[in-house]
Amino acid sequence: MTDNAVLITRSKKILVDEQFSLAPVFSETSGQFTKYQQQAWEVFKKLPFPDDSQEAWKRTSIRGMRLGQLQLADSSIVESKIPVELTKPLTDDLHGGEILFNGSQVTLQLDEKLAKQGVIFTDLRHAQSEHAEIFSKVLQASTTYAEDKFAALAAAFGSNGVLLYIPKNVTVEKPLHSLLWTAGEGTLHAFQVFVYLEENASATYVHETASAENKNGQNLHAALMDVKVGPNSNLNFVELQSLGSQDWNFTHEKVSVDRDAEVDWIFGALGSHLTKNFSDLNLVGQGSTGKMSGFFFANGHQHLDHDTQQNHMAPNTTSDLLFKGALLGESRSVWQGMIYVAENASKTDGYQANRNLVLSEKARADSIPGLEILTDDVRCTHGATVGKLDAEQVFYLESRGIPRKEAEKLIVEGFFDPIMQRIPFEGVRKRFQNAIEQKMNEY
Amino acid sequence: MSELDIKDLKVSIEGKQILNGVNLNVKQGEVHAIMGPNGTGKSTLAYTLMGHPSYIVNSGEVTFKGQNLLDLAVDERSRLGLFLAFQYPVSIPGVTVANFLRTAVNARRKASNPEDKGIPIPEFRKLLIEKMGVLKIDSSFAGRYLNEGFSGGEKKRAEVLQMAVLQPEIAILDETDSGLDIDALRIVSEGVNLLRSQNIGVLLITHYQRMLNYVKPDAVHIMMGGAIVESGGADLALHLEEHGYDWVREKYENGVPSAS
Repeated sequence: MTDNAVLITRSKKILVDEQFSLAPVFSETSGQFTKYQQQAWEVFKKLPFPDDSQEAWKRTSIRGMRLGQLQLADSSIVESKIPVELTKPLTDDLHGGEILFNGSQVTLQLDEKLAKQGVIFTDLRHAQSEHAEIFSKVLQASTTYAEDKFAALAAAFGSNGVLLYIPKNVTVEKPLHSLLWTAGEGTLHAFQVFVYLEENASATYVHETASAENKNGQNLHAALMDVKVGPNSNLNFVELQSLGSQDWNFTHEKVSVDRDAEVDWIFGALGSHLTKNFSDLNLVGQGSTGKMSGFFFANGHQHLDHDTQQNHMAPNTTSDLLFKGALLGESRSVWQGMIYVAENASKTDGYQANRNLVLSEKARADSIPGLEILTDDVRCTHGATVGKLDAEQVFYLESRGIPRKEAEKLIVEGFFDPIMQRIPFEGVRKRFQNAIEQKMNEY
Repeated sequence: MSELDIKDLKVSIEGKQILNGVNLNVKQGEVHAIMGPNGTGKSTLAYTLMGHPSYIVNSGEVTFKGQNLLDLAVDERSRLGLFLAFQYPVSIPGVTVANFLRTAVNARRKASNPEDKGIPIPEFRKLLIEKMGVLKIDSSFAGRYLNEGFSGGEKKRAEVLQMAVLQPEIAILDETDSGLDIDALRIVSEGVNLLRSQNIGVLLITHYQRMLNYVKPDAVHIMMGGAIVESGGADLALHLEEHGYDWVREKYENGVPSAS
């Protein structure tokens, strides 16, 4: 299977240097999941790899990705030990459940009480064999795979992943945690996360994607997240990404929020060679609310691109987005955000802001806010800034005896403080603070 | 005894020479007021002593505690015991007064002992509460972002609070009295006097005599045309208050000072 046609862009330049030749291996069983993956595979075959003729890919190029050398993760995986600090609880409580993916090895753990209440927190293999009915229902509502080439890739190849299901009227107090630890060289890691909260349910879920630094070769991580928050439900969703510089990272995420439900969605992006992330907040139910908070810090030759969409599809919906990023070295970031307000979504309150701190001459941040409003009687505001370290601030702190490097670090910490204030989990804040410390020390 | 000794200091900013040979000696425990019209180089002197990178020293010497001050980095000058209370302190969003001051205190401790683990939080809290009490600063102040949204008076008080916590040996107060109402002026002056009683040396840059009613100077200097042209006792400030600067201007025509 090849994709010859897509190797040529409009400008006739070769976009990717080698041909993608992998094909997914589907499960023998003819269940709903296999059908879903087959559909995704059909979409994948039809779509070209994205190039800069598309608005979303104008500032992020996949040139340099060696697609032809990729192998499937399962057959080539080299296992390595997951660092202990990644499995420590990130919230104040102990985990209510944890799933660790380390190559083909999966460790599952879920509080018995939660299991008795009907909570499902498992990998997709067990979801098929043990929770086929509910998994089918979840899959029927999932169409994210059709979004683009990489979404289809994640769905067609992602034979494992997470299913989190919270039944009606169930509140899960303790946080649930999953970790995908990737390894190998020239490996394709495809992964899917399905979250489904029924009516009047509540949960905190942390998903983390990480790998050990490996200077050799490239890995491709393609993930898809499909999240449904039922009426009057509440979800805290935290995503952390600390992939190594060998990883090319593509994710498509959709969170759909029903009537009077709330989602608090937190992103932390620290790693990867290149990231292109699409995150859609779909406020589909009247009175629904979504908060999105993003923390990113790039250094070296990293390229981090976050493409966010706040879709107000119903009246009285509220969204609030803040993404803050700092850049060092020759790194680059892109944030592209859109608030969309549908015709029937009156009394909508939408906010988006992206603030960037460029700490090196050779780093660059692009910030592109956008509004598309099809009705009156709404309140939508946005802001985008790209700034440098202020020499007067540095001088002021130095004049109090604080050495220059420490002064700069303090200013950077201050810059990120508004994001920290939005994160209700000490462990997550600590992780971000450590990342600031680490990256500023390398600076 | 700490001593700040300035000899024939000539300083430029953006290619223009502002200080044309400043001579001054401030000893620990002394209060020296520098007065003079706008644009005569008072703030330039303050910034140069602290080491602002925009100010270029063309010639002259500054020694502080026997060291060549001009050779030291900004943070080293501070840790040696020099302090500048800024006329227009910048705000640092996201950094609280407490966090900032603890970092500054720890930088001092760490410089003198690389093994230092930093001031214990309860001890620091006690220190901060005590100093804020003296300056009649509300305790909520500690949790506010440094200078962010502070009123003019709050900024000046925050500067004096920093001085009280960092305990310098020589402090330069650059128009710390401006923008203060009478009550705030009295409180800030009391703070300065308290430090003075602990043997601090003060270089007090001001336009007005009024702060000198509270902080009695040992010497008053008039700066004009980038140099100190007159020096005297506390009565010189009173004289200026009454007669203005015209007589000084007439004496030193075109602002060019005679050799001092």
